[in-house]
Amino acid sequence: MQFMLLFSRQGKLRLQKWYVPLSDKEKKKITRELVQTVLARKPKMCSFLEWRDLKIVYKRYASLYFCCAIEDQDNELITLEIIHRYVELLDKYFGSVCELDIIFNFEKAYFILDEFLLGGEVQETSKKNVLKAIEQADLLQEKTENMYHSKSFIGCKRAY
Amino acid sequence: MPAVSKGDGMRGLAVFISDIRNCKSKEAEIKRINKELANIRSKFKGDKALDGYSKKKYVCKLLFIFLLGHDIDFGHMEAVNLLSSNRYTEKQIGYLFISVLVNSNSELIRLINNAIKNDLASRNPTFMGLALHCIANVGSREMAEAFAGEIPKILVAGDTMDSVKQSAALCLLRLYRTSPDLVPMGDWTSRVVHLLNDQHLGVVTAATSLITTLAQKNPEEFKTSVSLAVSRLSRIVTSASTDLQDYTYYFVPAPWLSVKLLRLLQCYPPPDPAVRGRLTECLETILNKAQEPPKSKKVQHSNAKNAVLFETISLIIHHDSEPNLLVRACNQLGQFLQHRETNLRYLALESMCTLASSEFSHEAVKTHIETVINALKTERDVSVRQRAVDLLYAMCDRSNAQQIVAEMLSYLETADYSIREEIVLKVAILAEKYAVDYTWYVDTILNLIRIAGDYVSEEVWYRVIQIVINRDDVQGYAAKTVFEALQAPACHENLVKVGGYILGEFGNLIAGDPRSSPLIQFHLLHSKFHLCSVPTRALLLSTYIKFVNLFPEVKTTIQDVLRSDSQLKNADVELQQRAVEYLRLSTVASTDILATVLEEMPPFPERQSSILAKLKKKKGPDTATGLEEAKRERSAAVNGGPEPAPASAASTPSPSADLLGLGAAPPAPAGPPPSSGGLLVDVFSDSPSAVAPLAPGSEDNFARFVCKNNGVLFENQLLQIGLKSEFRQNLGRMFIFYGNKTSTQFLNFTPTLICSDDLQMNLSLQTKPVDPTVDGGAQVQQVVNIECVSDFTEAPVLNIQFRYGGTFQNVSVKLPITLNKFFQPTEMASQDFFQRWKQLSNPQQEVQNIFKAKHPMDTEITKAKIIGFGSALLEEVDPNPANFVGAGIIHTKTTQIGCLLRLEPNLQAQPPSPRARVPRPRCCSWSDPVPCVLALSWTPQ
Repeated sequence: MQFMLLFSRQGKLRLQKWYVPLSDKEKKKITRELVQTVLARKPKMCSFLEWRDLKIVYKRYASLYFCCAIEDQDNELITLEIIHRYVELLDKYFGSVCELDIIFNFEKAYFILDEFLLGGEVQETSKKNVLKAIEQADLLQEKTENMYHSKSFIGCKRAY
Repeated sequence: MPAVSKGDGMRGLAVFISDIRNCKSKEAEIKRINKELANIRSKFKGDKALDGYSKKKYVCKLLFIFLLGHDIDFGHMEAVNLLSSNRYTEKQIGYLFISVLVNSNSELIRLINNAIKNDLASRNPTFMGLALHCIANVGSREMAEAFAGEIPKILVAGDTMDSVKQSAALCLLRLYRTSPDLVPMGDWTSRVVHLLNDQHLGVVTAATSLITTLAQKNPEEFKTSVSLAVSRLSRIVTSASTDLQDYTYYFVPAPWLSVKLLRLLQCYPPPDPAVRGRLTECLETILNKAQEPPKSKKVQHSNAKNAVLFETISLIIHHDSEPNLLVRACNQLGQFLQHRETNLRYLALESMCTLASSEFSHEAVKTHIETVINALKTERDVSVRQRAVDLLYAMCDRSNAQQIVAEMLSYLETADYSIREEIVLKVAILAEKYAVDYTWYVDTILNLIRIAGDYVSEEVWYRVIQIVINRDDVQGYAAKTVFEALQAPACHENLVKVGGYILGEFGNLIAGDPRSSPLIQFHLLHSKFHLCSVPTRALLLSTYIKFVNLFPEVKTTIQDVLRSDSQLKNADVELQQRAVEYLRLSTVASTDILATVLEEMPPFPERQSSILAKLKKKKGPDTATGLEEAKRERSAAVNGGPEPAPASAASTPSPSADLLGLGAAPPAPAGPPPSSGGLLVDVFSDSPSAVAPLAPGSEDNFARFVCKNNGVLFENQLLQIGLKSEFRQNLGRMFIFYGNKTSTQFLNFTPTLICSDDLQMNLSLQTKPVDPTVDGGAQVQQVVNIECVSDFTEAPVLNIQFRYGGTFQNVSVKLPITLNKFFQPTEMASQDFFQRWKQLSNPQQEVQNIFKAKHPMDTEITKAKIIGFGSALLEEVDPNPANFVGAGIIHTKTTQIGCLLRLEPNLQAQPPSPRARVPRPRCCSWSDPVPCVLALSWTPQ
């Protein structure tokens, strides 16, 4: 996989992960182009399209589009399921995930992605194993966090 | 408690994000961000040391701002500091910041690498994981240099935790992709292969990706992976859906790993018989499972199952050796062609394209023709229709060509603009390749022009002309058909071109019919003349002169047309010239001469179709289509196809360039010499990035300029380049004049001076860009200021790119700035000359070149050349009166170099052309440049 983009129906980029070295300018250009292309497609159209010399695989979940660029010999369907597994991981972690979770906890979304995909390849497909790794990290975090702050931010989801 | 609050403590960050979301306008957002940036900056710069938590929070805010699309130019150091924190959470944010924001900032990379090194050595698996993730995310060369040796050790060490092994494998993969040269192969490779046997499926998954990539470049080293992969795959496909626990995905056992194993096997040919049996079993099992009823209605189940199935089919096609499997694969895909999931229909069409190229399954693919044609008509998604076009093209052979071409033509009427040109090319290729009856071919191409004239590239209409010229059985029919097609009130210019050419050659074949008498043919063509562009008009003028020969009865009518002011005084040089010459030719030449000069065009050499070359170029050389094309060509040759195309690309003469080979202008438009292959494609292709090879003839012109400063450097049908230059000591100024010879504007006109790195150091050129639009008939001027810094040998290249009509033009010529331009003559007496000559006796101070003169030497011309070359001509200096002697000083910015030269003609030498011996300038410090300049300058004009 060369990169993964998450963007909203309004075209706002929510997460970007690049597995090939590109300049910031090039990244912005690609993002703009792809967001436009994908948003212009109708719901019943197929989830794959040719773009430059890459294949784009995308899927929409509620208000969010997940969009991956893979190479010619890569498997489209399994990429669709990579997207789905990532959504499942987010869902399990956040508890019915919504776009806001990803906006406010973007760093978590990146951490989960890093446990699941590394260098553009699937690292661990077991949901349990990925979440175990993240939860372990959270435990470590809580331990240290409590030394500074009492947890005054519970229920924050409702606050926004 | 919602999971989200786990360990969440950065309240300031959440507030900031809320603020940004509440901003009503872009300006408000920028204001809020600037305020925050100022705040963070002051915190980072403040006297008070920040605690880890605050540092983390601010770094995280910066990251958020960056991800919003704003530039971040500080905070890197604070992020790097976080890396060495002992608190996991701080380290984690530090690494995230580095992964997203640091490319290869050289100052920081050492610090970052240090932190990574410490974490890798910490033996704390979570820290090691973070460090490995960071390397894999950044993947820079500096990191490869630092860690490529270390990571394989971590990967194969017995006591490494599974999760660390997974990260290490993919981290190594990333480094191998960026810097393969830095990843040393070694003992570890065999141990990595054995990870395919690992108990932990996550480790196997990660390792398979790594092995696949490494095996592509080093197949020998990893070939033992084949049998291991087969047995692993076999265990997965035979397992019950619950066996693999969490690695079963919607009732499909380990789909990701299965796909990866099947990919790995595609790096190798079919394995040895023992392993092969087992593999075939696996593949059959997967094909069988596809027929079983689904275990779940969820799309995830079907996607995962079919992902494995499609990868299996790819492997079967890759092996291309088991007819039984290939046919089964084809039947399976046939079912998908009518599946209600658009995705499956798309993939089935795509995958069948490759199946069509296998001799075992080609026939099986053909049985689905009706379904595919139906897809072309009914699919609502253009990307699916595109796949259907591809598949029709791939499955086409002689038996179904007429049907497929007809369907493609009718689709073309409504096809999306984005894919029209490709369809046109495909139709043209198929029509040619499978034509049994060439009248059908002619009809098809004329239809193509009628339906999609604008998308018919030059290659397509050149090709139809080549074929008509080469096959006399179709010429009469072609003449009749174009004549009828031209009757349409509005016809495409491409049709006028084809019509003009064909009637000019074969109009006599239909002239017997009073409805298409010579005069009617002429008036029909001439009625289109005024609507056409210059190149088409030029072609029509040639048709007219051909008519003069074919039909003496219309000679006076045509002469009247040629004589009219609009032709003889046409503003376009090419048209004017043709009119004048043709008129003259028709007046002075006898019938015999006319008949000889205007004889029918000789057959074109049979070569690879230039259209095919164009399609390949459009698709790129490595695509499936190219491969399949190559395969198919082989089988076409076996079947005695109409045109057994040779494998190598070759050029095809352009029928447009000059119909008669008579035109006074250079015969071919500017472009590479024909030997470079694919002339048509190269000349007309749209590849602005490539610099054109030097224009033909420019070397000769270049040589002429060694001894003179003004004149025409280059000229073709479109463009003339003139030069005027003056030099003084080490400085010079050159005026370049670009003349547009056509009546059409040149767009995006960009001349560029190209100097090699060496040359750049020694010769400084300064110029301003010219106006990108050059009007028809206009001339623009460009001034180049020149400074010779030090001695040099090469000449700069002037590359000119512009758009003329629809085509992209690219011309390169060498610009005659040579070292001798900085030569100042010095007078000296005989005594002085020989005294100095003898002083310069060191071999490095002398260059001598003996060459054969191409023409008899004329004393006066030689003298003029020596003066033109820049040195003083010293007369009565050399005791031998036959010798020529010169002296001068070459001025460069850094130094001045005195040069003496002596030309000793050897008049006795045989054969008759005299040998000249040219002792070269003796001078202090340099050797090569002058002889090569001199040798050029003596190339006679």
